[in-house]
Amino acid sequence: MKIRYRLREALIGLSFIWIWIVGFLVFTCYPLIRTLLFSFSQVKITADGVKTTFIGWENYRNALFLNVEFGDTLATYFVETLVIVPIIVVFALIVSLLLNVKIRGKGIFRTIYFLPVIITSGPVIKQLMDQGATTLPGIQTIIEMSKLHESMPELLADLIVFLLTSFITILWFSGVQMLIFLAGLQKLDSSMYEAASIDGASRWESFWKLTLPALNPMIIVNMVYTVIMQSVFSLNPVITQIQSAMYDAKYGMGYSAAMAWIYFLVMLVLLSVLVLVTRQRETNR
Amino acid sequence: MKGIDRRTIDKTKRVLWGFTGEGIVYKLAVYFLLSLIGFVYLYPLFYMITYSFMNTEDLINPLITYIPSGFYMDNFAKAAEVMDFLNTLWQNVLASFVPAVVQTVSAAVIGYGFARFRIPGKSVLFALVLATFIIPPQITMIPQFLMFKDLGLIGSIFSYIIPAAFGQGIKSGLFILIFYQFFRSIPKSLEEAAQIDGAGAYKIFAVICVPMAVPAFIISFLFSMVWYWNETLLAALYLGDKLTTLPLELQNFAVTYQKVFPADPNAQTGRSLNEAINMAGTFLNIIPLLIVYFFTQRWFVESIERSGITGE
Repeated sequence: MKIRYRLREALIGLSFIWIWIVGFLVFTCYPLIRTLLFSFSQVKITADGVKTTFIGWENYRNALFLNVEFGDTLATYFVETLVIVPIIVVFALIVSLLLNVKIRGKGIFRTIYFLPVIITSGPVIKQLMDQGATTLPGIQTIIEMSKLHESMPELLADLIVFLLTSFITILWFSGVQMLIFLAGLQKLDSSMYEAASIDGASRWESFWKLTLPALNPMIIVNMVYTVIMQSVFSLNPVITQIQSAMYDAKYGMGYSAAMAWIYFLVMLVLLSVLVLVTRQRETNR
Repeated sequence: MKGIDRRTIDKTKRVLWGFTGEGIVYKLAVYFLLSLIGFVYLYPLFYMITYSFMNTEDLINPLITYIPSGFYMDNFAKAAEVMDFLNTLWQNVLASFVPAVVQTVSAAVIGYGFARFRIPGKSVLFALVLATFIIPPQITMIPQFLMFKDLGLIGSIFSYIIPAAFGQGIKSGLFILIFYQFFRSIPKSLEEAAQIDGAGAYKIFAVICVPMAVPAFIISFLFSMVWYWNETLLAALYLGDKLTTLPLELQNFAVTYQKVFPADPNAQTGRSLNEAINMAGTFLNIIPLLIVYFFTQRWFVESIERSGITGE
């Protein structure tokens, strides 16, 4: 009787989720396997369909060692994302702390800060960037005057210039993360803070010892979310390269598939580095 | 005398700083910071709006940096003509509204299935749902494109609708997660009561759970719509030449401009593409979303609290 009941429940449950299972197999699993096969093949699109010839690691070798540009772009993506993701997360945390203060009109600020999430599409950002609307006036002059490149190693100077010129991008990509932190902050128990302050803890101490540990799960969620948002954003130079390789007659789809897989793996490495570092901090406590 | 002094000092201190840092000085500092950040947030938009009203003389005039000499609407007329605004807008609405509805409904059904029933291997399946969020679309879009091409669906809105219907649309995993969390937060006792009254699982879902999940539906629909609206990668690939969206038109703005207003050596100045027309095009591009946001912003900014997506 009990087994029959269980079976019935499972079948009803399946009747709700079968569409996802079918969809996953057809639109995610099968394409994933197919691009994996493509990435080891020479792919030709002919009138009778797709023709593939197995060529082993050739596409990967070409992408990583022959195409200097792709390797460079990938390295830049890796470093920039590694730097910008913690900055976005910390910025979102600071803004959410400010918004968590009981003041009037914070709803207006929240609305303003979230607005970019709605209007951010690749072409809009590109137009604004080309126009110079995403850098505050004067920043370019500061960069030129400070002669960063003469006094610092190339990579570090590049990084600082990148941060100074793209900080509106940092702001514009932190809306969702800010809301996630805010939701977490609102769940915190105020009696915990009262107890801490009776024990003589300052606000500064209770932030580090109470608020931050409580927000740890949200920090991880935000790290993951930010990496993914940055990685799939259509202006990402790696994506543009994968895209153009796809239509390129010389390289073809196999090559582009190999690039996409390399990119996916780099992204996974990046994700695990950031998550592990955040976790590490948690266990050290 | 001294005692009173100290008391007044203490009181002033309390008003200014507050016991737990909720005093006037503290609040003013917070306001200052929030406004400063708010200004930086909106700066690109201010820039875009002011530039979009400038005529050619304003652009050249070094004295005019922010405020144009008048509301010069010609930029908008040109930009609208280049983007074929009304026509594109309609297609854009179609290509975001319909997939958003389909995606929301399927996410609700799937999320309910995951939230309520014991299914063998469910945790693995649900982990895969979340994993689909991490997989970049670049990796699956070539085979998907070939598949839709074989089916003759390229250039039709069905290449958007079909994956959405099967829970594989843009960020579907996230929406399934929203519904999963939402349905789990509804007390089970309500459903059990209905079950005793003889209602079947589908009836319970449709009559009891769906009406309770209205906030989740609104949030999912709004976010889906915005993400489908702004999508350019998949749009360029799947919608082909037959359908177009405002972001796609903006992407090709400069090229289309040359076609619509070909350079004419005999023509007077002001015919070629300039910053003002670019900004007017960008502005036209985001106006529909700004209007949507103006009316629905509460749903957006309260989405995460309401959907309980951060978990307990």
